[in-house]
Amino acid sequence: MAQVTLNSVRKVYPNGVEAVTSSSFKIEDGEFVVLVGPSGCGKSTLLRMIAGLEDITEGTLEIGDRVVNNVDPADRDIAMVFQNYALYPHMTVRKNIAYGLKNRKTPADEIERKVAEAAKMLNLEEYLERKPSQLSGGQRQRVAMGRAIVRDPALFLFDEPLSNLDAKLRNQMRIEIKALQRRLGVTSIYVTHDQVEAMTMADRIIVLNGGRIEQIGTPSEIYHNPASVFVASFMGAPPMNLIDATITGGQVTLADGVAMGALQTSAQGAVKLGIRPEDVQLVSEGGVSINVELIEELGAHRLLHGKLGGQPFTIHVLKDIPVDPGAHQISVDPAAICLFDAASGMRL
Amino acid sequence: MNKARTNPLNAFAMHGALILYTLIALFPVFVILINSFKTRKAIFREPLALPDADSFSMIGYQTALKQGDFFLYFQNSLIVTVASLALVLLFGAMAAYALSEYRFKGNTLMGLYLALGIMIPIRIGTVAILEMMVATGLVNTLWALILVYTAQGLPLAVFILSEFMKQVSDDLKNAGRIDGLSEYTIFFRLVLPLVRPAMATVAVFNMIPIWNDLWFPLILAPAEETKTLTLGSQVFIGQFVTDWNAVLSALSMAILPVLILYVIFSRQLIRGITSGAVK
Repeated sequence: MAQVTLNSVRKVYPNGVEAVTSSSFKIEDGEFVVLVGPSGCGKSTLLRMIAGLEDITEGTLEIGDRVVNNVDPADRDIAMVFQNYALYPHMTVRKNIAYGLKNRKTPADEIERKVAEAAKMLNLEEYLERKPSQLSGGQRQRVAMGRAIVRDPALFLFDEPLSNLDAKLRNQMRIEIKALQRRLGVTSIYVTHDQVEAMTMADRIIVLNGGRIEQIGTPSEIYHNPASVFVASFMGAPPMNLIDATITGGQVTLADGVAMGALQTSAQGAVKLGIRPEDVQLVSEGGVSINVELIEELGAHRLLHGKLGGQPFTIHVLKDIPVDPGAHQISVDPAAICLFDAASGMRL
Repeated sequence: MNKARTNPLNAFAMHGALILYTLIALFPVFVILINSFKTRKAIFREPLALPDADSFSMIGYQTALKQGDFFLYFQNSLIVTVASLALVLLFGAMAAYALSEYRFKGNTLMGLYLALGIMIPIRIGTVAILEMMVATGLVNTLWALILVYTAQGLPLAVFILSEFMKQVSDDLKNAGRIDGLSEYTIFFRLVLPLVRPAMATVAVFNMIPIWNDLWFPLILAPAEETKTLTLGSQVFIGQFVTDWNAVLSALSMAILPVLILYVIFSRQLIRGITSGAVK
């Protein structure tokens, strides 16, 4: 068990590209932290630096109470699960799981016991004598997990472990990984580009964009109080509605001149309004007019797509509210509106 | 692609062409084999006839085995070929791994430098090599041949193997690093088993020229005790008289070991050749 501390950790590649700008954060013992962001945001680089597979250009990294900048991956007391499983193709499942232990000169009977334990935990008992090529994607991922578990590491690192699985299996494995982490109580860092995985699995989420940390917070903080336009648009499906508006003396006016009502704010001038689709209510009168052009039926709820102030706008309604395309009136709880600076995209 | 494969006419034409080629390629071997079992007169009278009760004779084999130390030649050839192959594979794979895995200054230049040997035949340097061997006292030793053949085989080995090594997933090596394997263990235990087909390809490409070579044994190791099989067979070829029975028998016997080695490597070889193309 260990906490992980990053002090102004930075990564610059020899060709001058700054993959990760100076980042500092602390991951508590036993915490499940998800690094999320689009491709090329530096999340994998950050993880690989923590694993020791990539040099740290500047700053210090501590695992437990130890600065590990110059410690080999093998001596950092970590285990890692890779996106393409990275199982040793010429070894059986049993050997794959045992190899790390064997290499650390663990006694044979202890290896035997640990492998059996892990196999039981992961439902792999029947497959121990098979080669990885004879397993399905989900089973291979379990073997990779088994290889990580038997080592009893202080820190688990997951590098997009579910991206190669189909949607159904991904949902199932998501729950399994989360439950396993709860049971073992091992500090875990999980990299994904899928915001659903981030929201469902994390104790805390770190949102990255362009090599920079945009926001660190619990899933609910990130969802309800995004720190920037980027976080607002990246997290949540469908994403937050972001519309240009101007505020003059607390009065909000949309780009095409439609008045949205008053807001308790000291902000002035051009802003972006952030409104979650589920914070919008359909009202019979007295609201803002919107023309619903398209309805997406999702079973439990529906998504109405239209334009507000000339900009795309999505509304989330529950299944028992009947809606037809056409003109509707909406109202938004002023407390649910997030205001962002129009130029910088940061929260006001 | 699929259609072409199932079209019987195409399949027939394809197989016809392949069979024809096989016949052409195997014909000289066949002639050598049948004539090695015939009397001298029969060889000249009807070179293409199969040996029958009249013309059958083992005289060629008897001469070959009696005259000169045929088994020694055989052993020399085998030692030189196997040792050279082992060194080519070991050092070639190591160099290829370093070039494909580690980023260092001059990586590309080093790769090009090592590949240069593919284009420049080693025989151009024969005089210099001979001088070097004389200076180091390696003339008339098997080591002279082994070293030269290793140098000759390395460029192509590095070139082929580094392409295959690049395909080995980085995650796999990283998983090994996290599992606490040393770089050597990663190389020998994880990477080498995965590029085995490529290693077989390199082995076969190198094996035959080494086995058949006459040039370097003749120049670097012509002594009786270091003669290779190809060089040893030359004693039967004279300026005025050639003992065709013995030559053909010796050649027939020389084909065998390469054939056996080839069968060992061929399954891997086919995988090696096609894996690059089909992927």
